[in-house]
Amino acid sequence: MFELLPALLRGLGVTVQLTVLGSILGFILAFLTGLARLSRYSPVRFIAACYVEVFRGSSLLVQLFWMFYALPFFGIRLPGLAVGVLALGMNFGAYGSEIVRSSILAIPQGQTEAAIALNFTPFQRLWRIILPQAWLIMIPSFGNLLIELLKGTSLVSLITLTDLAFQGALLRETTGRTIEIYSLLLIIYFILAFFITLSMRWLERLAAVGRS
Amino acid sequence: MVIWDWEFAIKVLPDLFKAMRVTVAATFAGFGLALVIGLILALGRRASFKPLSLLSRGIIEFIRSTPLLIQLFFIFYALPLATGISLSAFQAGALGLGLHYGTYLSEVYRAGIDAIPRGQWEAATALNFSRLHTWTRIILPQAIPPIIPVMGNYLIAMFKETPLLSTITVVEMLQTAKIIGSEWYRYLEPFTIVGALFLLLSYPASVLVRRLELRLNQR
Amino acid sequence: MSVSQMSAALQTDAFAEQPIVRYRKVSKSFGDLQVIKEIDLNIAPGEKVAVIGPSGSGKTTLVRMLMTLERPSGGTIEVDGEMLWHKRVNGKLVPADEKHLQRVRCKIGMVFQQFNLFPHMNVLRNVTEAPVHVLGLSRAEAEERAREMLTKVGLADKLDAYPAKLSGGQQQRVAIARALVMRPKVMLFDEVTSALDPELVGEVLTVIKEIAAEGDMTMMLVTHEMDFAREVADRVIFIDNGEIMEQGPPWAIFGHPRHPRTRAFLSRFRKK
Repeated sequence: MFELLPALLRGLGVTVQLTVLGSILGFILAFLTGLARLSRYSPVRFIAACYVEVFRGSSLLVQLFWMFYALPFFGIRLPGLAVGVLALGMNFGAYGSEIVRSSILAIPQGQTEAAIALNFTPFQRLWRIILPQAWLIMIPSFGNLLIELLKGTSLVSLITLTDLAFQGALLRETTGRTIEIYSLLLIIYFILAFFITLSMRWLERLAAVGRS
Repeated sequence: MVIWDWEFAIKVLPDLFKAMRVTVAATFAGFGLALVIGLILALGRRASFKPLSLLSRGIIEFIRSTPLLIQLFFIFYALPLATGISLSAFQAGALGLGLHYGTYLSEVYRAGIDAIPRGQWEAATALNFSRLHTWTRIILPQAIPPIIPVMGNYLIAMFKETPLLSTITVVEMLQTAKIIGSEWYRYLEPFTIVGALFLLLSYPASVLVRRLELRLNQR
Repeated sequence: MSVSQMSAALQTDAFAEQPIVRYRKVSKSFGDLQVIKEIDLNIAPGEKVAVIGPSGSGKTTLVRMLMTLERPSGGTIEVDGEMLWHKRVNGKLVPADEKHLQRVRCKIGMVFQQFNLFPHMNVLRNVTEAPVHVLGLSRAEAEERAREMLTKVGLADKLDAYPAKLSGGQQQRVAIARALVMRPKVMLFDEVTSALDPELVGEVLTVIKEIAAEGDMTMMLVTHEMDFAREVADRVIFIDNGEIMEQGPPWAIFGHPRHPRTRAFLSRFRKK
């Protein structure tokens, strides 16, 4: 069974790459959108809400296919990896923005008031006082979302990217050892997810210093 | 350059609508299974028999952290080889959705059950109710109503994952769009319509769930 | 009667010098509810003003407007000769922008009922964060100032502790040091002992009394501690229903309240 591993793991690089790049794009979008949804200006809130609802309201696989097959009709032809990162990142960002928004709203009003009383600028209030506290609330939810992202990367095999799932399908065609290949794949994904869980727990401990 | 072809869009619409029936059927079949599997896993996790509770926990963790896509492949391609039981694509798809979302729902059930005050259990014991009676008449009727909105959210999430069934040859909306696309070599309209249909169904549903949630919270 | 009380009594009606805080016809409504009704109030530099009154009377709103936490619905507030919520542009009053608010706000400090310490920073960081990032002091300077203030409030040994590890009284004393380190001209204390267990009230009041005794700090204290108000304040203001019902030196307000509402309010405290 384990002699199948090297061939399968050839897809690991693409899976990890997509997870890392997708989450970076997703984090940036999540923070920008989460903050935009709390903006004073209603047009900003509206645009952010539209983005979130569209990406949360339709299906990741449909988004992936749309970007891969339909975008070229607009003259935009992206390489497969870029499509994967874009679709995963935008999807992650839409869900993540809700985490950012609700975590910021969960910080007591008194913290903002104390920051105003100490004459911090609006940006300093957010950056030094509110976000560090909201961050602690965000970590577990972001951890779950990161695992969803990892699971989501398997879909890129359907737009010809050679990730773990793709290598699995390829190997199945050449060897026919269906049961072993899919069992191994599930175990590999499980180990990756476990690694994410551990890192998130470590981050949480790091962020919670001094707070009980 | 005319990008969007209305005539083509209207022409393919009926086929996509027809395929939506498969999508909706798969959603409800999968969700029905998920409700049952979720409850079994939740009860298994609460079991006082340690190995059973550990096993339930392991199953939940494993299924939750691995991709639905691979699980579907496993059920559709590997399971028949391993067990000799061969499922139709639709059955395999519903089972995959049911298992995957069952693990999510088990956590929801757990939260609902944990929220029942100790006093309710003690009262049931004091009245000498049987275990079955306690669960079906006292605990679950109280535990389930508050978690209905959360379950609604998972129903919507599952609905949005049904396109994955296209990978095991279920001809639902996305698969239909793909077939149309390759036939006419126009992907823009069919894929856009499928995306819009998902949005059109899931957005109002999620607004409904949010309202339900607000109403429950007010009580 | 002390000299300062005497001078305060004289100052109540006629100011010898320019007031440092001036409320002019200030109103505040939340929706249909008017919580402050056209209040006029002048506070002299160095004066200690205690604001008392039943809950919901508007006394907290009065100080929160001065801290720019609540925007007045009408009227103007001046701090040290400058409009707080407005700017004069070509002779016209326009709402102040964030920059203007920031400049005027640095003259005011506040201590809150709920302490509002930053839970993700230890005591020293809580006290140095604003001096470093708002005043632009070097970390060494800020820490020097912070140490001095924390010594003053008796917490020099807790520099590394996080707020969650401190008692309510200790947290509130850190909050006082955090406000003082900014060297404001006016300090606002909003029911700073109301959230404390009774046995911890004393340590906080002692610290405030010490600061008051130094003399030059202008203070506005919203409080339910009548003995404390009597001891610290030069002037006591009784607010009810968003209006100043009665004001005067403590001996007058507590000894000979004129207004029936003042009498009714104070009698509740005597019974305790």
